[in-house]
Amino acid sequence: MADFNPKIVGFACNWCCYAGADLAGTSRMKYPPNLRLIRVMCSGRIDPQFILRAFKEGADGVFIGGCHPGDCHYVSGNYKTEKRIRLLKGLLAGLGIEPERLELNWVSASEGQRFADAVTAFTDRIRQLGPLGVVAVTH
Amino acid sequence: MAKNAPKIGVYVCHCGINIASTVDVKAVAEYAMTLPNVAIGRDYMYMCSDPGQDLIKKDIKEMGLTRVVVAACSPRMHEPTFRGAVFGSGMNPYLFEMCNIREQCSWVHVDKTEATEKAKDLIRSAVARASLLEPLEDRYADVTKAVMVVGAGIAGIQAALDIAEAGHKVYLLEKEPSIGGHMAQLDKTFPTLDCSACILTPKMVDVSRHPNVELLTLSTLKKVSGFVGNFTVTVHQKARYVDVKQCTACGDCAKVCPQRFPNEFDLGLATRTAIYQPFPQAVPAAFCRNEKQCLGSLPLACGKCLQACEKKCIDFDQKDIVRDYEVGAIVIATGMDVFDATTLPEFGYGKYPDVLTSLEFERLCSAGGPTSGHIVKISDGEEPKDVVFIHCVGSRDKQVGNEYCSRVCCMFIIKQAHLLKDKMPGCNVTSYYMDIRAYGKGFEEFYDRVREEGVRFKRGKPSEIFRRKGKLVVRVDDTLLGKVIEHETDMVVLGVGLVPTEGHRELAQTLKLSLSSDRFFLEAHPKLRPVDTNIDGVYLAGCAQGPKDIPDTVAQAKGAASSAIALLNKGKVKVDPIVADIKEDACSSCHICEALCPYQALIYDEQKHVMTVNQILCKGCGVCPSACPSAAITLRHYTSVQIDAQLDALLRKAVSSEQLAVSSSGTEA
Repeated sequence: MADFNPKIVGFACNWCCYAGADLAGTSRMKYPPNLRLIRVMCSGRIDPQFILRAFKEGADGVFIGGCHPGDCHYVSGNYKTEKRIRLLKGLLAGLGIEPERLELNWVSASEGQRFADAVTAFTDRIRQLGPLGVVAVTH
Repeated sequence: MAKNAPKIGVYVCHCGINIASTVDVKAVAEYAMTLPNVAIGRDYMYMCSDPGQDLIKKDIKEMGLTRVVVAACSPRMHEPTFRGAVFGSGMNPYLFEMCNIREQCSWVHVDKTEATEKAKDLIRSAVARASLLEPLEDRYADVTKAVMVVGAGIAGIQAALDIAEAGHKVYLLEKEPSIGGHMAQLDKTFPTLDCSACILTPKMVDVSRHPNVELLTLSTLKKVSGFVGNFTVTVHQKARYVDVKQCTACGDCAKVCPQRFPNEFDLGLATRTAIYQPFPQAVPAAFCRNEKQCLGSLPLACGKCLQACEKKCIDFDQKDIVRDYEVGAIVIATGMDVFDATTLPEFGYGKYPDVLTSLEFERLCSAGGPTSGHIVKISDGEEPKDVVFIHCVGSRDKQVGNEYCSRVCCMFIIKQAHLLKDKMPGCNVTSYYMDIRAYGKGFEEFYDRVREEGVRFKRGKPSEIFRRKGKLVVRVDDTLLGKVIEHETDMVVLGVGLVPTEGHRELAQTLKLSLSSDRFFLEAHPKLRPVDTNIDGVYLAGCAQGPKDIPDTVAQAKGAASSAIALLNKGKVKVDPIVADIKEDACSSCHICEALCPYQALIYDEQKHVMTVNQILCKGCGVCPSACPSAAITLRHYTSVQIDAQLDALLRKAVSSEQLAVSSSGTEA
């Protein structure tokens, strides 16, 4: 397991988490390079099917970053995300995918350190869980 | 490359060594050339420079590129720059894609091999997305020629005056009965020792008399909707119970009021009546009644003021008003509060009457204050013979959650020490500091002058204040002498730091503004956009953005005002074309999306039996396409097809143009 290098994809909302990730960069904070982030305007855009697709295509973990409760740029998108992720975690367990492989975190635009810490902790967690045991289905 | 396939140019930026030191930029550019639909991959030292942009423009013209990907800094930084560049060459700006390999790659990783691999993955994903981008047309909306300025301290007053002078309507909102803010409470300003009231009150009067300014006192902002250029602001104005236009502030009502309460303006060091004027120079110059403190209008209860007022301007039946205002821009100038010194019980504030905050001491110094400028001990009314000032109370203190320096307290205390020496030359004055921050124009010179006047500055942060034989004792570790000393004194002034105002967080949530880690409002960019926020059309002025002194506050207020004026003068504002679309034939009219939309932008068409999108109301969050069970809703520029392609490209090492063609012809979701 020592040479296991997890594949992690993430989605971040433009206004909070993506900006927080940028701040981590501007502040030269360091975190593992496994995460590849996709920018969306709101975490509410993250269709659960994107997450399932990510696991299907071989992601070992999926990271979702949105605004803190009450801070959503679009009023309430993050609350909807929270509900969807909670529901999806139950579904993942049923599919044989550990729900811990899906992380939802709130990171504000000023929380560069929080972003770096969250990514580091999540990468460590996926490293511990090992590669996703579901065989990737290709077209 | 298939016919009609997109022709993509990929440009990888070195950003000096910012990217190139951790990412092998040349290797990444070469790798890009191997990706489907990529016609050219180049690397360049600074893509955002003119020659860098010219490179793109030239390739668009000569090679007929139909998509452009720039791998450089964050899109939050330079996406507008490059969109402008491709637009200048006749390409639709939404066919441009930015790939973040600086903030989210080179700056956060150490290993060059890993960072280069990550950069390649990100570019592969960006290219896949770029292949599927669709042109979008910008729309334009008119700008309402009015500005809401929230908070009427010196920041709000200055911003309002500048905007009004430029010929635009201003609504100046203030939660207190009078404008003026904290500056009105100050006696003198550092380092020039200007009389604060003398320089502020003319501005207060000017702003209240300006034909373009509508003053809304006792008012708070309740709700904001709309977008840049077209905000609707709901304001709750509390009843004053006194007709502002009729009242001459003669004071006859207060003379007969039997009630006494601590005067907020004097920080409780004096009292006021239930019907009152906050301070003599208050604007508007009218009394106001606190309905909770008043005994009532029935003759049996009280009603004395009603009889005393000759002009009959008191109206107990006045009601609160909730009204909507249409504005094009909003300036946030809500200022700050001072740190609550009771949080630090070791200093005995609130327990020992002669331990004061610096703002309370300022009221004691003021000729208009509770003691008419006579500095006396609160406990016995005697003049103090020894006074201690303590710096950094509630600032630079992680334990109370305020890691930041409040910037003004050093000079504020130095000025107060001077005022004290000036009034009472025989008084011993000692100042305990951590570091003296005298960074501004004329500050260091003033600090020198005050030292020469005999104020002693000792380095050390006091740990405790207690009473011994009728005296206050300050225990402090003198870090220059290297020993703990106990300083017996008559009065202690705590140099309290500045903190965000009460209600700051609620205001942030109402406006959807971000807060920085110090809890003040977050500016759009710390260096280059210090008055802008993450919401277009909302600007920051003064201490709402972070502690600052009066000149800095005025400068920022003028900056915020000029930003608002520029927006209003332009008259038109670009409206993002990133909105939701509905495929009518796929809609099953289940109405799930309708309930999710926070803007009521999804409207049911009774004739066609399908949902439709109001594209003016839609803000493009994308919460509806993620929920539509029929995959009938698309969010432009963030379509499921585009995101799927990004994901697939990230997770598979190779993506062929056939795969992209397959996914692009597939349906949503």
